[in-house]
Amino acid sequence: MNECQTYPSPFRKHKQGTQPDHLHAGYVSSMKRAPLQPLVTITPTLSELTGPLFGRDEIVAGECNMTRSANGGEAQGQRIAVSGRLLDEGGAPIRNTLLEVWQANAAGRYLHKWDQHDAPLDPNFSGEGHVLTDDLGRYSFVTVQPGSYPWGNHHNAWRPAHIHFSVFGPAVCTRLVTQMYFPGDPLLPFDPIYNCTADSAARERLISRFDWNTTIPQSTLGFVFDIHLRGRYATPMEEGHDDH
Amino acid sequence: MITKPFMPATTWQTVGPFFSIGLERLYRADIAGAGVDGERIRVAGRLLDGDYNPIPDAVVEVWQANAHGKYAHPGDTQDKPLEQGFRGFGRIATDDLGEFRFSTVKPGSVLTQSGEPQAPHLVVSLMMRGLLRGLVTRAYFPNEGLNATDQVLQCVPPARRSTLLLSSLVENDVPTFGWTIHMQGPSETVFFDF
Ligand SMILES: [Fe+2]
Repeated sequence: MNECQTYPSPFRKHKQGTQPDHLHAGYVSSMKRAPLQPLVTITPTLSELTGPLFGRDEIVAGECNMTRSANGGEAQGQRIAVSGRLLDEGGAPIRNTLLEVWQANAAGRYLHKWDQHDAPLDPNFSGEGHVLTDDLGRYSFVTVQPGSYPWGNHHNAWRPAHIHFSVFGPAVCTRLVTQMYFPGDPLLPFDPIYNCTADSAARERLISRFDWNTTIPQSTLGFVFDIHLRGRYATPMEEGHDDH
Repeated sequence: MITKPFMPATTWQTVGPFFSIGLERLYRADIAGAGVDGERIRVAGRLLDGDYNPIPDAVVEVWQANAHGKYAHPGDTQDKPLEQGFRGFGRIATDDLGEFRFSTVKPGSVLTQSGEPQAPHLVVSLMMRGLLRGLVTRAYFPNEGLNATDQVLQCVPPARRSTLLLSSLVENDVPTFGWTIHMQGPSETVFFDF
């Protein structure tokens, strides 16, 4: 008996295999940074069941267009509209919540001092985006299709095109940082970061889908990416239920 | 009976090395602004990998209660004062030496779900290149009577509890607390699952 489990967590345990382990030999930089001791299981307290709430104080509600620079210049590349819903595992919308996104430019270069990739920077593209979900948990932003880029993990290693997302949700328990990928990317089967998650359906949910409804004629391709944050058990009756 | 649709939580992916592009806007090294009650403190931390090399590309997030032991969150229904403008969130990127610093007020004690007082602590989350999922730990203060009964500390094997304890320093008369976070090794810091 574990006396640390005084109360069960009101948040569901992650479904087996749907989250990456910390240590993956194929992802070289995890080898000296992943914890080797087992995590210590605790009963979450108010400290973990609460968390910072970001909304209208941080960002003005409205559209987020990353393709226009402050001086009015247009970013290079294929314009895309990324949209989706932020939901919990039961499908309830998570409203008025901040999403932080960042990405490489169309040539696969980040506006960052450590990015040494020999590809051009775009003076009209910072790769930074901040957007709020609306009352139905929906978000959308306009950007350019990020390029793939090489990295030093192994010989001839290239990251599939991706956009980084950071979301808090309502509690420390629900914090999520992830990456959104694009359908049909030939690099996905070879990417150690994408492939570190055992559950193939969970991996495939990181791939956005092309969407005609949000594709704007003569202008912008639409991609849809829904995000699910860890949810609470619906009722006390469900506690300990195996919902795999 | 209607079965509700269930969709497992989205998979974590590493923040990678270039997170400052998206996260820098919310960097906060001063967690408690003017007009917030409590003892002013500083924390000077350091992050080391399994070879004792500093980690210069990590982001550290702090979440804490105010000096009364109250979180700025509607889920905290404790009957305690909450100052206007107190949020309790910090976000700091490590520097070239793997160091991170922040200033705040010392948090008060927060009750557990069963009504026991916890020892004052900071909830600290780590994200970095090489970490596929974020890690969450806690920082406790030295010489606190409540450390002996804190529900979470009691879950930690006794030999590893010291990895969560800040050490007392003084810098320019401001109480300052040092903390080295080891990702691996004999002093590997305790990280939590909850
Ligand atoms: Fe990236």
